[in-house]
Amino acid sequence: MITVNHYLLLSAILFAIGTFGVLTRKNAIVIFMCIEVMLNSVNLTFIALSRHVGNMDGQIFVFFVMTVAAAEAAVGLALMIAFFRNKDSIDTDDFNMLKW
Amino acid sequence: MYSNLWLIPFFPLIGSIFNGLFGKKIKNEAVIGGIATGLMFLSFLVAAQNLFKLLGDTKKVHELVIASWMTVGNFQLNWELLLDPLSAVMIMVVTGVGTLIHLYSIGYMHGEEGYYRFFCYLNLFAFAMLMLVLGGNALVMFIGWEGVGLCSYLLIGYYYEKKSASTAANKAFIVNRVGDFGFLCGLLTLFWALAEKGVWTLNFVKIAESGHLLESGGLLITVVTLSFFLGATGKSAQIPLFTWLPDAMEGPTPVSALIHAATMVTAGVYMIGRMNGLFAMAPATMMTIAIVGGLTAFFAATIGLAQNDIKRVLAYSTVSQLGYMFLAMGVGAFSAGIFHLMTHAFFKACLFLGSGSVIHGLHHAYHRAHLHDDPQDMRNMGGLRKKMPITFITFLVSTIAISGIPFFSGFFSKDEILWWSFGSTRGHWLLWLLGAAAAGMTAFYMFRLVFMTFFGEQKTDARARDHIPESPFTITIPLMVLGFFALIGGYIGIPKILGGVNRFDAFLAPVFEQAQHANEIHAHGTLATEYTLMAISVAIATVGIFIAWVMYIKNPELPAKFVARFSRAHKVVFNKWYIDELYDFLFVSPCKRLGTFLWRGFDVKVVDGVVNGCAWVIKGLGTGLRYTQSGYLYNYAMAMVVGVVVIVGFLVF
Repeated sequence: MITVNHYLLLSAILFAIGTFGVLTRKNAIVIFMCIEVMLNSVNLTFIALSRHVGNMDGQIFVFFVMTVAAAEAAVGLALMIAFFRNKDSIDTDDFNMLKW
Repeated sequence: MYSNLWLIPFFPLIGSIFNGLFGKKIKNEAVIGGIATGLMFLSFLVAAQNLFKLLGDTKKVHELVIASWMTVGNFQLNWELLLDPLSAVMIMVVTGVGTLIHLYSIGYMHGEEGYYRFFCYLNLFAFAMLMLVLGGNALVMFIGWEGVGLCSYLLIGYYYEKKSASTAANKAFIVNRVGDFGFLCGLLTLFWALAEKGVWTLNFVKIAESGHLLESGGLLITVVTLSFFLGATGKSAQIPLFTWLPDAMEGPTPVSALIHAATMVTAGVYMIGRMNGLFAMAPATMMTIAIVGGLTAFFAATIGLAQNDIKRVLAYSTVSQLGYMFLAMGVGAFSAGIFHLMTHAFFKACLFLGSGSVIHGLHHAYHRAHLHDDPQDMRNMGGLRKKMPITFITFLVSTIAISGIPFFSGFFSKDEILWWSFGSTRGHWLLWLLGAAAAGMTAFYMFRLVFMTFFGEQKTDARARDHIPESPFTITIPLMVLGFFALIGGYIGIPKILGGVNRFDAFLAPVFEQAQHANEIHAHGTLATEYTLMAISVAIATVGIFIAWVMYIKNPELPAKFVARFSRAHKVVFNKWYIDELYDFLFVSPCKRLGTFLWRGFDVKVVDGVVNGCAWVIKGLGTGLRYTQSGYLYNYAMAMVVGVVVIVGFLVF
């Protein structure tokens, strides 16, 4: 029997993987994908709990999250193109000018 | 009935505002001077109308409330004017002499830079002075008191590009501040003392009514009156605060005549007269005033003996005459003091304007001859009586008046003061002696001035001699009017023993009578004593004139011999008893040293240290902390994650 706890555990694992990826990877696209993983882990939590509680609000929220994620993807990819034109790279280590 | 009283100070105020705002654009001297003088004359007409109304009135004290100023608890303060015989005399002197001096200034200031500025200040001064004398409560008076001080400062420093003038202006202002401090102390102490008794007021009429609540001769009233007297010494140039007045001669001569001879410097005398009830209740203060007045009259006269600058002689003479007025106030001869104030305003204004006419003429002559001699130095004058006949005659009349020769105005007022200082219940023969000696010296130095200036051979540079003109009519008309009053001004106060009824005394009686009766102040003595004293003072004056004649007409080489013989005494007197040097040593240098210490020691090290220290600490912190900004994305992301973990952890556990 798969209970809500299993979903939450999976969601937590996915979120941790996403966070780890954001912190350790250098490639901007990979970081971006990790963020998407984090977002989707949250979506999973929303749906699992929504189902568990019997309230549709959580599922509605997931649509919002997906919409925002789509918009974010558009902006994020545009930023990456701009980065690449500047430095011929999308490695975040090359973008360290915002410092002392 | 007296509802147009407010017009008296209002007219000069309008003139001041007008000339101040538009004078620079108008440029036309006739318009600027005409407006200023015309408004003063209007003010004079209103003053005269009110005086005549008051003469025919049985009720002698009238108050006019213009507006409410403030109401605090049961304390009500108004903008109010007070017309009684005392203030009526004062407004007549201020507007009358003021109008003449405004007229004089039109001619005297001709062609000066900042012509409009001069008339703006002069009108403003008249406004402040009229507020001072008409003020119905002590705070309105204080506004006038400070206002005249300000105008005095502005006008002394009129030639502000001249270092000596701006220094003199500063000196006058700072010395006056010391006096003003005394005035405020007296004002607040009096307010507190009366409030303790349940009377919340600063109104002069009410103060006079409730003065008896304070203990007569007690410590409190002595402190109050002494503080007020300190204020008076500052404004009226008495020992110890007289040093600013001679320096104030740096201002234009009409200013010296109006402010530093006829009106502002008499404010202290007027103030004591205004609060005579309080002063009469404090015999210790009265004695102090009499002694200070007598000593000032004496010392200033000694300094006047040896000065060579024509205006400085007159300045010391003014200090000396003011000493007389304070002597009168101190021995309880209030109306005699005010009488002398009035006659002094006539003859001293005339003397100053006359000296101004001489300076004007010589300045003109030197200018024509392209010389740079000092037009104020009497050693460059001599024989001017033929060149400037009108100036000479009016000057001579005023000199005779100030010397106390019978039947000129100064004689009546000065003699009454001397008689009171001898015969009053608050008097003493030593006070009389000081006054009489000063009278002798006054006669000497004034005639020395006349002889050096108008008689003898011409000592003016030969190239300039033929260019000395008589002054224009705007200058000579005021001289003639003032000279006329210097001649006859005394006849309104002929003492009883000369067969008069002393109308002046009777007119002022409602103001002073009560205080004099309540405190048993009156002059007593036989007629013979009075006649003898009169004869002595006339004799002393005659001797003074005679000595001056011997030294400066008969044997002109005598003064030099005299100076050589008594060189040390002459040096001391010539250098004004080194009072300025003494004050420099006692007050000015320590102040400067303290200032330097506070600057170098406190300001630079402590204040700047704290300010710079703060900046330094912040800068150090910033230098350290900026290395936390690595610029690497994962550092920021890590910080964010740690932060979220910490916050969530804190909230959950």
